[in-house]
Amino acid sequence: MSRRMNRNMNQRRPASLRRRLVVQLIALSAVLALILYVAVRLGAERASEATLDGILGAATIAIAEELRSVEGGAELELSPGTFSMLAAMGEERIFHRLDLGGHAVTGYADLPLPTATPTALTAVFYNAPYRDAELRLAAVGRSLMIDNRPTPVLVIVAQTREGQRAIAQQLANRAAALGLAVFLIAVPLSLLAAGTLLRPIARLAEAVSRRGGHDLRPVHHRAPAELQPLVEQLNAFIARLRTTLTQTETFIAEAAHHIRTPLATLRSEAEIALRQAQDEPTRVQLRSMIRATEESARSANQLLDHATVLFRAEQQAQDKVDLGVMTAALVDRFGPTADLKDMQLALSLPSERLETKGDAVLIEAALRNLLDNALKYSPADSTVDISLIRDGINARLSVQDQGRGLGGETLADLSQRFRRGVNVGQVVGSGLGLTIVAETMAAVQGRFELTDREDGGTCATLWFPLSV
Amino acid sequence: MRNTLVSTFGLILALSWALSGTALAFEIEDERRFGAPNATREIAILSTTDIALFSPLAEAFLARNPTLSLRYVQATSQQVHAAIDTERAAFDLVTSSAMDLQMKLANDGFSLPLPADVINASPDWARWRDRLVAIAQEPVVLLLATRALPEGTPLPRSRRDLIALLRDNAPIFEGRIGTYNPVISGAGFLFLTQDARMSDSIWRLAEVMGRLNTRLFCCSGDMIAGLRNGDLVMAYNVLGSYAVARLTPEDGVQVILPEDFTITLQRTALVPSTSTQPDLGIALLRFLMSPEGQAIQAQATGQPPLDAETFRTQPHLRPIRLDPGLLAHLDTMTRTRFLAEWTAALDQP
Repeated sequence: MSRRMNRNMNQRRPASLRRRLVVQLIALSAVLALILYVAVRLGAERASEATLDGILGAATIAIAEELRSVEGGAELELSPGTFSMLAAMGEERIFHRLDLGGHAVTGYADLPLPTATPTALTAVFYNAPYRDAELRLAAVGRSLMIDNRPTPVLVIVAQTREGQRAIAQQLANRAAALGLAVFLIAVPLSLLAAGTLLRPIARLAEAVSRRGGHDLRPVHHRAPAELQPLVEQLNAFIARLRTTLTQTETFIAEAAHHIRTPLATLRSEAEIALRQAQDEPTRVQLRSMIRATEESARSANQLLDHATVLFRAEQQAQDKVDLGVMTAALVDRFGPTADLKDMQLALSLPSERLETKGDAVLIEAALRNLLDNALKYSPADSTVDISLIRDGINARLSVQDQGRGLGGETLADLSQRFRRGVNVGQVVGSGLGLTIVAETMAAVQGRFELTDREDGGTCATLWFPLSV
Repeated sequence: MRNTLVSTFGLILALSWALSGTALAFEIEDERRFGAPNATREIAILSTTDIALFSPLAEAFLARNPTLSLRYVQATSQQVHAAIDTERAAFDLVTSSAMDLQMKLANDGFSLPLPADVINASPDWARWRDRLVAIAQEPVVLLLATRALPEGTPLPRSRRDLIALLRDNAPIFEGRIGTYNPVISGAGFLFLTQDARMSDSIWRLAEVMGRLNTRLFCCSGDMIAGLRNGDLVMAYNVLGSYAVARLTPEDGVQVILPEDFTITLQRTALVPSTSTQPDLGIALLRFLMSPEGQAIQAQATGQPPLDAETFRTQPHLRPIRLDPGLLAHLDTMTRTRFLAEWTAALDQP
């Protein structure tokens, strides 16, 4: 199960270039938006913290400096202005503590102490929880002469930083909104960018697909430098294909010539010999030789027909073919063969002109093989009905015989190469006739059906798309 | 003799201040219950405001909320602070005229956050964060019993005028001047520190008042009573609302708003973290701040409702800034030093 799934996944078509581009651009802009948010958030927090630390430190130092020694102790006058200033940004809460000789003498005696020992010149900053708040504290240490003894003094001033945090958060939120906006704008922009980038590829594809099936000229398309190797390779491929096709065409013509001509010569020589031969055994031998030659010629013809069909189907010629005229001409040509078997060829043509587009040689080969089959597999003294009629946007050509039918096999079976029906009996054939018909109909984008008739015999129906 | 008296009095009051922090129960001045006896819930409010001034507000509030009752406890601002800070007494609303002590409660984390509608209803200068809001403003005034002065004496318009008046009529004022004792009264201490922030003239005034044997009081009410019964001729730094509410024209006492500066106080309210039903405290606070509540307060105290316009039209009214700057003078060392300076100024030989 999982192996199968893996195979399915492996077999999945690679994601389209547009999708890849769009996904990558969007992912990139998301990352950029995130970086913007984090950078602004950290930056705003750092900047405001540095500023506030400066003010807090200055206030703490100022308070420490205001402390004066008096008889029997120290004297402090806290300035309301200092406290107002400390609380100004974001309405912060203020706490303070003053220690003399290691004992808290005023303020909040339980305010957390610094971990490092502060000096008079630089304040020590630290964070600590206190009561229900998170505090930023600044501590300054100095020494004061009290009763002729130097006494260490520690001043701690603390403030909450809720307002600062709120402002930093606000800035970060704005940055986030900006980032989101950038991200949202990036979606249509990346679609646009993907479109612009992929347009040369689409143009090249269009230019190539617009060419006819037998247009084997090199592609002259002004593609961007990145696509130039592809165009060059395509042109090289086209050149190789053209060479190969030319060789094939030549080979088929040569083969046709080299096989048909000697066979025709052989047959006429044998017929001459038959006329001149007197004794019966020789005549029997010559007759069987003639039949074998006939068989070989037919097979060779069909093989060549089939090769031609394959080659020409590739070429996709777009001739205008008048089906009525072509059918009538073929029926005329098969007249003598039918007469030999005392068979009737009943042709019914419409009054209008039904034209299809395709390779005339191919279509003729298909019709010829169909008529040949009808005559070959029908008993003597029977009739083959051939009718051409308009059927919607198609022309329908049907050939009905009173022969042996399909013997239970389907068109799919019978149109395989060299496959003959189970009920062919003594009739000679190569097994290529129906293959030629099926391949031709595929090449002209028509349809081919082969069915048994109710009262015995076979009905072959061809639908050709009518040319507009 | 005079100096000893003042000092002894001060010492006793200082002792009581020092002891108040460690006392097991805070001292209350008065207590009253409003509302129907069968009320389902009771709001507890702790305040410095006289019950008489609060009564109309309580009645209007209970008329709107008949299922409630209200327990009103009146105490000095120091006791109000101690009740919440030290004793964690359960009240649903605390109002006080001592802005600095209220600020300290809020700064120290003893107040609950107020809902946005209450906060947004207050202008920036009338609140601190979402913890403390002003419910009223009133000037701190000078009261002068003009009937005791010689005919035609011009009323003093500033502290400089007042100092001249006291010097010129020393016999009249001797022993008949009253002011707050900043050692025991939180509001009195706040007014003095604000006076000192505004101008140095307070120190000259203190010296003059000290020479005239100024008497120290705990409360505005006592000073007003002294003026009415003739014990006092002048009272310095009295709450304007009390003066308007209690003095009649027959008393012959002039309310003077000094034009050099008149400190304007905001009565502030907070819902303490000890509250067991903060929703009721907030409901009462909403009522106090509503136009109806403001109108009732204005009528009872004769003071205009909370309004920034007042400061524009009367520039001598100087609002006390409601911010942690108020905490500076509450620092023990700073306070001790300030009171020592004040006592020294008052204690002129």
